[in-house]
Amino acid sequence: MGAEVSTAETEEVHAHDDDHHHELPFWKKYVFSTDHKIIGYQYAITALIFLFVGFYLMMVMRWSIAHPDKELPGILAAFLNKSWLNDQGMVTGDLYNMFGAMHGTIMVFLGIVPLAFGAFGNFVTPLQIGAPDMAFPRLNMASYWFYFLGGVVMLASFMLPSGAAEAGWTMYSPLATTAQLDEPNLWWTGQTFWLFGMVFLISSSLLGAVNFITTIINLRCRGMTWMRMPFFVWAMLVTGFLLLLAFPPLEVAAIMQIMDRLAGASFFIPTGLNFSGAGSVDAGLLDVAGGGSPLLYQHLFWFLAHPEVYVLILPAIAIVGEILPNNIRRPVWGYKSMVYAVMVLGFLAFIVWAHHMYITGMGNVVSTFFQATTVIISIPSVILLTCLFISLWGGSIRFTVPMLWALAFLPMFGIGGLTGLPLAFNLIDLHLHDTYYVIAHFHYVVAPGTIFGLFAGIYYWFPKATGRMMNNTLGHLHFWPSLIAMNGIFMPMFVQGMAGFHRRWYDGGANYDEITSRIIFDEGSFFANLFKDGQAIEMIDLNVFMTFFVWVLCIAQFPFIFNFFYSIFKGRKADSDNPWRATTLEWSAPNKPPHGNFVTEPVAYRGPYEYSVKGHATDYTPQFERGDDGVILGEEDPPAAAQNDGH
Amino acid sequence: MQTLGIINEMLGLPEVASEHGGMVDHLLEMVHWLMLVLLIGWSAFFVYCLARFRTKKNPKADYHGVQGHASHHIEIAVVVVEAVLLLGFAFPLWAQRSTDYPSGPDVVRVRAVAEQYKWTMHYPGPDNKFGLSKSDLISGGNPLGIDWEDINAKDDFLYTELVLPVNRECIVTVTSKDVIHNLSLHPMRMQQDAIPGSVSDMWFKPISTGRWQTICGQLCGAGHGGMVGYMEVMEEKDFDAWYKENVPSAKEEKLPEADPEKSDKAS
Repeated sequence: MGAEVSTAETEEVHAHDDDHHHELPFWKKYVFSTDHKIIGYQYAITALIFLFVGFYLMMVMRWSIAHPDKELPGILAAFLNKSWLNDQGMVTGDLYNMFGAMHGTIMVFLGIVPLAFGAFGNFVTPLQIGAPDMAFPRLNMASYWFYFLGGVVMLASFMLPSGAAEAGWTMYSPLATTAQLDEPNLWWTGQTFWLFGMVFLISSSLLGAVNFITTIINLRCRGMTWMRMPFFVWAMLVTGFLLLLAFPPLEVAAIMQIMDRLAGASFFIPTGLNFSGAGSVDAGLLDVAGGGSPLLYQHLFWFLAHPEVYVLILPAIAIVGEILPNNIRRPVWGYKSMVYAVMVLGFLAFIVWAHHMYITGMGNVVSTFFQATTVIISIPSVILLTCLFISLWGGSIRFTVPMLWALAFLPMFGIGGLTGLPLAFNLIDLHLHDTYYVIAHFHYVVAPGTIFGLFAGIYYWFPKATGRMMNNTLGHLHFWPSLIAMNGIFMPMFVQGMAGFHRRWYDGGANYDEITSRIIFDEGSFFANLFKDGQAIEMIDLNVFMTFFVWVLCIAQFPFIFNFFYSIFKGRKADSDNPWRATTLEWSAPNKPPHGNFVTEPVAYRGPYEYSVKGHATDYTPQFERGDDGVILGEEDPPAAAQNDGH
Repeated sequence: MQTLGIINEMLGLPEVASEHGGMVDHLLEMVHWLMLVLLIGWSAFFVYCLARFRTKKNPKADYHGVQGHASHHIEIAVVVVEAVLLLGFAFPLWAQRSTDYPSGPDVVRVRAVAEQYKWTMHYPGPDNKFGLSKSDLISGGNPLGIDWEDINAKDDFLYTELVLPVNRECIVTVTSKDVIHNLSLHPMRMQQDAIPGSVSDMWFKPISTGRWQTICGQLCGAGHGGMVGYMEVMEEKDFDAWYKENVPSAKEEKLPEADPEKSDKAS
């Protein structure tokens, strides 16, 4: 009840605001804004830029993998410090490690999470629950600026003499702690910057998480009962809890590693490290107190990083869960199962982390526990995916551009999820761990999985944010090549991984000729004639094939970039506030929603996906449409249960 | 189990050379079958729905959609299959791997010590006991810091490659001098992190002879991609001869062995 009162009050205040037309100065309206929508846009633009930065790093890496003996092409070399390349202009092991570490960091912490949770969460959640804004608008602004600061620190680390961090995105100690120790000032090294950057990013996520949880619990509008919440909001709630509970251990780990690097502590450094001098540390005994545990860092890291996987994937499932019913014109199948599945998933996500550490050697009990939980977590995931698939049955499917992305998400995420199954088993993992099989597995989940979901969301909510539609043809030009290229890049990785190709080889495995030169297509065979002038095709040649598709994927993003900016100003105007004929509350707000979001008080009269209800004039019955069944719990219509109690 | 290796073979799984490796491949094959069935099932349903229920074909959507409990039955089937894989195969196999360590005089023992960017193998000699090693004794002439005064160290010797006999149980104790490395033996279906400050054992029984590359499977610095090692599995009598050849006579002053012929190609 309290929530409702406060909602009403806030709205009055906003109405009051509108009357007086306080015109905020530009920097307050668009830069240091407390409006959840503006913050959402800020998150979206920043995160998209970071996605392209991460993509660029990957292009350099993939060039090195496919052509370790060739000069880096000028178009890629133009954006990096030439002194990082070797004399012949090729990528070095150091550069590869730096870009590898930063590709992972940027994609996960600066690209996808901010876009999924920061941008979509911020923009859509309050609109869908009928709230005028987030519960703590200033905290929301702080969250963005912490994120921005973290991003600046990460980018700035590329400008340092040491370059950016280079110990893998996992930053395992002692490698991470001892990397770049040859620099005169340890504060000014990429490794140290990475740690400080992470502290900012984690703080940002924590502020966001608190805000989302509070908003969803307290600011739902009249009639928006728990089971009338769109699935998107449920997923955001669970994601909020994941961030809130999983990130503090990594924050602690980052601060402890900072202490190890700068203050002479040894949380993660054991006694008696003795370097050979081949790396960046001088030969001889390392001068530290010692007594620390490298495994402690791994546990802290993966206690975050596994739930983080679900932070990456849940918003995408949530977006697909909104777009799918809208474009099949019928309710999602098994809404309640999905809600419970996502909660179970959120809980289980916290007790599977050590499956990333099977190779550290594990006793029977611990291994049994983590194998069991890891296999069990596949069940709620299968339920979510099955519900989405089954929803299609009996629908009337419109192939709009957002729907194409959402549909492609299903099999792509399916492949990613299924290939996680063998990795759950300890013994199999001892063969496949850190091979390209694993790389393909998690990229299928996150790249053609999550990123496709996010693109779907951009095309879908674009008219609400701008009042204009994105161009359809350009959308198709973006979608089809992206779909083909993604599979061209990641599918061959399964084959390489089974053969034993490991990740983080800057030369793509040229040094491991015994493993990588196995022949897959014989001399003179069809494919050999087609691709290699009749010479036998070896495992390692797949690298060239995959890298070719990276260029295709890159080119396929240009229609999107153009479409995005063109459509903001020149796109076709949306025909109404509800161009997709959708049912959830955000479509009752005017396009380009004003400060305070809603012109009339939003009320949820029914569940979120009432499409094709028998006897209704249109094939959609919005949550906000008052009808005969317009029962609002605890409102004017006395609840049926209360009446029954009297008898 | 070889008859049921179609998917493994298609995906190019390399040949197995350890006794338990066959079981690993078998488990992998079964999991891949489960995945394949689910993938084909989902894909067929997906494609059928897209064709059958497109707006043109089906202009009016059905509010209720799928009726019945087929999906529940599928869910339950998946749960059952996963339970069988776990309880029937994964748990017992790992229990056997992690608790039934081989012991006795016949077991071959090696310490594999990693550093940036190479491996040094430490063999205990005929007494099957490793001499003490201390990190402050490490020097150019004593890469593992072995205390040669230690009685157990008298017959120890070092080698750059992992040499093992066929058909005998082997325990490889993995550790590191500097950062985390990983000894990855693909033909044996084994990987073990080399974590500085701790020692971890891996054991297996080679069943075929051959020479393979070993992989460093954990990022260890700029030279990680070139940290190629070699593993050789010999006939037992060849191994014994090789072992004898390398054991220093008790009185001789100890010097670390340099690799006799094969130079590693990494650099």
